[in-house]
Amino acid sequence: MKKSLRERLAILSDAAKYDASCASSGTSKRDSRSGGLGSTESSGICHAYAPDGRCISLLKILMTNFCIYDCAYCINRSSSNVERARFSADEVVWLTLEFYRRNYIEGLFLSSGIIRSSDYTMEQMVKIAKDLRLKHDFRGYIHLKTIPEASAALIEEAGLYADRLSINIELPTDAGVEAFAPQKHPQNIRRSMGELRQKIDEFSEPTFRRRRKRFVPAGQSTQMIIGADATNDATILGSSASLYGRFRLRRVYYSAFSPIPDASNVLPLIKPPLIREHRLYQADWLYRFYGFDIAEITAGRKDGMLDLELDPKLAWALENRERFPVDVNRVDKEVLLRVPGLGVKSVQSLLNARRYRRLKIEDLIRLKISVRKVKPFIVTDDWTPIKLIDRANLRELFAPAPEQLVLL
Amino acid sequence: MKVRLNARGNYEEWRKAARAALTNGLEPKFVDWVVETETYDLFGEAASIGDSAVCESSDGSYPTPANPKRRTVSNSAAFVTSAFIELTEIAICHSDARRFDLCYRLLWRLQSQKHLLDDPADPDVRALHGFVKSVRRDMHKMKAFVRFKETQAVSERRAFVAWFEPEHFIVAQTAPFFQRRFGDMDWIIATPKGSAAWKGARLYLSEVPAKPFELKDEADDLWRTYYANIFNPARLKVSAMQSEMPKKYWKNLPEAALIPELIRDADRRVRQMHERASSAEAPAFHRALKSRMTDRSQ
Repeated sequence: MKKSLRERLAILSDAAKYDASCASSGTSKRDSRSGGLGSTESSGICHAYAPDGRCISLLKILMTNFCIYDCAYCINRSSSNVERARFSADEVVWLTLEFYRRNYIEGLFLSSGIIRSSDYTMEQMVKIAKDLRLKHDFRGYIHLKTIPEASAALIEEAGLYADRLSINIELPTDAGVEAFAPQKHPQNIRRSMGELRQKIDEFSEPTFRRRRKRFVPAGQSTQMIIGADATNDATILGSSASLYGRFRLRRVYYSAFSPIPDASNVLPLIKPPLIREHRLYQADWLYRFYGFDIAEITAGRKDGMLDLELDPKLAWALENRERFPVDVNRVDKEVLLRVPGLGVKSVQSLLNARRYRRLKIEDLIRLKISVRKVKPFIVTDDWTPIKLIDRANLRELFAPAPEQLVLL
Repeated sequence: MKVRLNARGNYEEWRKAARAALTNGLEPKFVDWVVETETYDLFGEAASIGDSAVCESSDGSYPTPANPKRRTVSNSAAFVTSAFIELTEIAICHSDARRFDLCYRLLWRLQSQKHLLDDPADPDVRALHGFVKSVRRDMHKMKAFVRFKETQAVSERRAFVAWFEPEHFIVAQTAPFFQRRFGDMDWIIATPKGSAAWKGARLYLSEVPAKPFELKDEADDLWRTYYANIFNPARLKVSAMQSEMPKKYWKNLPEAALIPELIRDADRRVRQMHERASSAEAPAFHRALKSRMTDRSQ
């Protein structure tokens, strides 16, 4: 018997939750004042939060969870006994528009299991995006997950309708992909990223025509699963740095491997390493916004794993104590960015404020900077950390108190 | 001197009063900003604010003060920067009664300290940014948490209404977002701090407090289904959810009713996944796929 729309929505959203991305920002600015439905804002909007603390910004669903691939880590692998379902193109379009009109979402994030062939699956997904844009004049956000091995022509067509395209690298090393996703080929995934980057570059070339065609304005992203294999953090971050550099990805998402129903027994059924995932994101940020090299971040770690107790910037500072304290009234922006406890915004406010006054601790408090955290590392007009930086137990000052953990 | 204000997020109202006070050389400590209460009678009609409370503009754009092109540059001696207007326009929407005094004090000090606002460590500037931040957050949450329910259409355009309870007087400031986004449908957003409506040509704004109402929409059920299933019980992080979706917004969110049960059930669901582990036998189509593969490779 055919499952109702609601039953299928349950199955196909359950199957989509392992994709971490929820971004709906950084695309071209559009609105419905000249007709149609929908708009994009400069920053994304999270319309709800699930009890897992993740934001819900897009209708994140699979077109179908039938799949001919058998990737060990995936809930939808062909050997799994999960319930299967499929949406028609019209149903996905309808759900997106109706959800959008009620202000539940910013748009659609469509992914899919692979049915028949990569090209057939990709064609169906492109049709959905095309219908939304051309038939219904939908101006909200669309993220399509491209299907591995789909033809370049289909990817290019998808790029005309989608704000963002992504293809998952899945695991940080080629050996990992080969072991757990036998039908996927890392070199083809990278080739596809390379081709997309090239297309994005081509479309953004200046032209004499009045209007350039819009092509994947929010760029491409990818995702890696963390903790399914034994790869260390240094390798993971190295792989991200190479992805950012070679393919100019907007984001690399890290997804802590999390137990799935009917899991394959080649993988550990562990509690998802959420703190590790968090530390990787912090390190990723240090690399992208704070001027750190990947090698610097993991240099002090013998096993190449980030410190789980301390955030990577603090851990780096404790390894490099000779660089501190720094005088917040004098040092350059680059140096301030490396002070634990100072974010990009607070560094900017410090720079602004010190043009008008000599900074004291009370000024830092007013700038909403956590004085407790930064004090050992800075000098202000009224504060010098005496000997603090040489204290042997500096780590204990910052490390969280031990707590009882739940087994599992 | 006492200055009486309706104090419902109308910038013009404060601006006129502040300009008059400044032109008269009234020091901030001598100005007593009084918020009028009970401006509306019990029947929900505007009693004393008359027509001016409902602003309209024929081209559909939000009338001053949000449209900077229409802002008349002051001919009086008052000195203001664009940053001052931008920030106070937002701060005036705050629900804290001290906002008028703070904004006027800043205006007063700005006359002699032209770069006052560039110093983020100045206590008044800091307080202003605090107000602005809180209002902006509320505006952002309004964009996120308004939930439209479909209602009887009066024309070919579909019609939706929403009840929302903002913390500050942000309806007029936030309405243009909904206008940009939902141009092809009629909508009304009603709140205790004013309302907005869009019928395709004009944006209607009202300062009058609206009364709550209840409406059912069948799509809410599908939305709840989605919400419950996109949640990953193995990653339960309740505090992260609550810091972004504070409980004060829950009562108008159709999905929020599910939260307690999802949290309660999470642990059991994860345990179940562990206990069950993988099934002994793969589904039939997997076996078919496998045999097809081996056929091909032979």
